[in-house]
Amino acid sequence: MATVTRGFFGRRRDRDPRLPPGQYDARDEWPVLHAEATPRLATDRWTFTVSGLVDRETTWTWDEIRALPRSRYEGDIHCVTTWSKLGMTFDGVAVDTLLAAAGVQPAATHVVAASHTGYTTNLPLADVTDGKAWVVWDADGRPLTTEHGGPARLLVPHLYFWKSAKWVSELRLLDHDEPGFWERNGYHDRGDPWKEQRYQGD
Amino acid sequence: MTTSAGTTHRRTLRWQAAKVLSIRDETPTARTYRLLLPEPRRHLAGQHYVLRLTAPDGYTASRSYSVASAPDDTGEIELTVERLVGGEVSEYLHEVVEPGDEIEVRGPIGLFFVWPGDRPALLVGGGSGVVPLMAMLRLARRDGRADLLRVLVSARSPAETYYADELPGDGVRVVWTRSAPPEDPRGAGRMTVADLAPLVRAEQDVYICGSPAFADAATERLREAGVPDGVIRVERFGPSG
Repeated sequence: MATVTRGFFGRRRDRDPRLPPGQYDARDEWPVLHAEATPRLATDRWTFTVSGLVDRETTWTWDEIRALPRSRYEGDIHCVTTWSKLGMTFDGVAVDTLLAAAGVQPAATHVVAASHTGYTTNLPLADVTDGKAWVVWDADGRPLTTEHGGPARLLVPHLYFWKSAKWVSELRLLDHDEPGFWERNGYHDRGDPWKEQRYQGD
Repeated sequence: MTTSAGTTHRRTLRWQAAKVLSIRDETPTARTYRLLLPEPRRHLAGQHYVLRLTAPDGYTASRSYSVASAPDDTGEIELTVERLVGGEVSEYLHEVVEPGDEIEVRGPIGLFFVWPGDRPALLVGGGSGVVPLMAMLRLARRDGRADLLRVLVSARSPAETYYADELPGDGVRVVWTRSAPPEDPRGAGRMTVADLAPLVRAEQDVYICGSPAFADAATERLREAGVPDGVIRVERFGPSG
């Protein structure tokens, strides 16, 4: 389907098998991409809530969420703008732990992750359960900086990184899919990097 | 955060082979490529295209580039590309591509960082970040609505200023960070709140485009000038080669 571009041979002959199609290794760079002003969030006023189709809507303060059992992700992340970062470490709490505390109702099929800035992104419930998603506050052993979503962000590393909402404030459980910010703006509803699900229709 | 006019855009974006009509230098490291689209779709000022290069063995590399030209019905668009050292795509575009070549593109993409053409706005661009803002300025001037826009462009030096001949006009200010022409009383220096404050009006949207460091600095200066976060839209250009 793709036609060969005259005179282009590409430089990256030894492609790391961890790179999905169309991605390149950003190595030491960690590009910063978000559409709103980078917010200033104080941890003494920070909260995180699980709401919607749950038995008990539950809100954690900064100290409370950090007292939950810790969980680590070691692996790669992939941004739809074509960079990937390989071999990262994130520390935080598994979304499974948060959902268990709130009690997911059987009717729930999807979640909308919301941020303290108003940003939203939608995910099938199955993409944030069974050890596939976290709320994280440390990256490579250091506190997550504000431009990367600190004090805490969602981490869903098997999907393109816009699903990993920065400055996450809430997971809302729904019985239907509800497109989030980028998804309403033409991006794919699921965003699997191995299937190159970048835009609607991919 | 403002959402983009409630617009839904869920059509499939198809790849198409755009023909390179002409190439011109903007600065020593930036070039503008005028492309003819076989399946044109009118863009909005601020949108971008993804450009894809394919090697004979099927290897591909793609990057996003903002449209610099105003929306029109010519079926042609202009993309301005900064050459990044070691940039696999930008170096190919600068070194190999000639008029007559075909390059695969798809777009236009993005409904958030767009100016609809009928609302007062302040545009703040740093370096190559001026590209999508230029589409907005060109649209405003063509429609006789330059009064709607205030523009602040930050560039390292006059030689490194994109669209240097075209930028000057009412409501447009260029500041230089490293070297300024001798006749500029401001001199060279980083953008300050004093540079921005005269351009701030009530009831105006703000579009900031540039590197992450520039975008965050501009946001901070605008906060100091009293601009609320909710009217600010940011496009951060990453190092994407």
